[in-house]
Amino acid sequence: MQYAAPTTVKEAAGLLAKSKGSAFVLAGGTDLLVRLKSGLIEPDLVVDIKRIASMQTVTKAAGGFKIGAAVPCAVLGENAALKKAWPGVVEAANLIGSDQVQGRCTIVGNLCNASPAADSVPAMVAAGAKALVVGPKGRRTIAVEDVVVGPGKTSLKKGEVVEAITLPKPAPKTGDAYLRFIPRTEMDIAVVSAGVCLTLGPKGVVKKARVALGAVGPTVIVVPKAAAAIVGTKLDDAALAALAKACEAACKPIDDKRGTIEFRTEVAGVLARRAAKIAYERAGG
Amino acid sequence: MAQGIHVATTINGDAVEYVCQPRETLLEVLRNRLGLTGAKEGCGTGDCGACSVTLDGRLVCSCLVLGAEAEGRSVTTVEGLSTNGNLHPLQKKFIEHAALQCGICTPGFLVSAKALLDRNPDPTEEEIRYALAGNLCRCTGYDKIVRAVDAAAKELRSKA
Repeated sequence: MQYAAPTTVKEAAGLLAKSKGSAFVLAGGTDLLVRLKSGLIEPDLVVDIKRIASMQTVTKAAGGFKIGAAVPCAVLGENAALKKAWPGVVEAANLIGSDQVQGRCTIVGNLCNASPAADSVPAMVAAGAKALVVGPKGRRTIAVEDVVVGPGKTSLKKGEVVEAITLPKPAPKTGDAYLRFIPRTEMDIAVVSAGVCLTLGPKGVVKKARVALGAVGPTVIVVPKAAAAIVGTKLDDAALAALAKACEAACKPIDDKRGTIEFRTEVAGVLARRAAKIAYERAGG
Repeated sequence: MAQGIHVATTINGDAVEYVCQPRETLLEVLRNRLGLTGAKEGCGTGDCGACSVTLDGRLVCSCLVLGAEAEGRSVTTVEGLSTNGNLHPLQKKFIEHAALQCGICTPGFLVSAKALLDRNPDPTEEEIRYALAGNLCRCTGYDKIVRAVDAAAKELRSKA
């Protein structure tokens, strides 16, 4: 195995594109090094992106936020402006692992590791986050929900690397929230999770909404019918019931020791309902 | 065997240089090359926190850091807690409160607790428990550890 720590995005992409054998990107390493040590992967090349200045910063611009691929989740929690704009995304990112893991793990790593239970992903999807991808053919921007295609599988091509995540500037009266179910209080991965983002129009009526579910299918599931169930309402009980029902209908979970199909399906509806209420409050409803 | 990587870094305030293999973790470098055996390997997968150190002031599991990544950084291990042979208040309170039995987890707990108190000098019990959630202890049941950290925080505040 070779270790490289390039200082520019171009250099990193070049190394990945030119590598003959298996090449992996090292950001926080909280997934990669575990897989490496357990023998699940045998990399010929590991490209550490933490020496690339642009990947280590969170920048705020008129259009929103850009979060570099090597920014640890702990740093997101320390960014007051980001927390204020996208509290659900930051909370989701900060739920990953312990303080030790928080000091290293990144939302881009969480995304590209492609676990169906990744905490930050449903929150990013609900918020309309995009992934900036750089590769041998230049740069492209794709929706976060288009990065993961199955457990452990992404749509990234050889030599491509996610450089950053962008979050839009939230429209006025927008709120987001993320909730997960785990059988303990911390240090666990989601059995079921839900991210909701909504924008209010006049008189507290929901104008726009996005709902995403985690750990109830091979990838995060966007549920347009759940969003439609609450648009045009003031999030009354009937709307919340319709949202939960749409979420239940969208679930395609597996049955395992961490949760049965029935349990995951029901809890998905419950969490979406609760997350919607929090998002509604945050939006000023 | 791949060619070794030369690394120049700072460990517990001292400039240190070593050569390591690309796959070697910082934990392996600390223990096997530098003789700093305070950090322990419990799980090797970032779950137990026995290998906790700080890297540029941030708490990390050294089993999930490559030795090569330490180039130009600053690492603090449990060996860096005492000053001139005097134990850190956290270390003293761990002894006073009998906050250890077998001792394998203790260096990790001390480094994590130090990181907590550096950031939050007056934590609640709940904050202590959450901050130490990444450190596992199979002996004490955690209660004495939490009390020791609370007592050390009080002492550090009274001195500040």
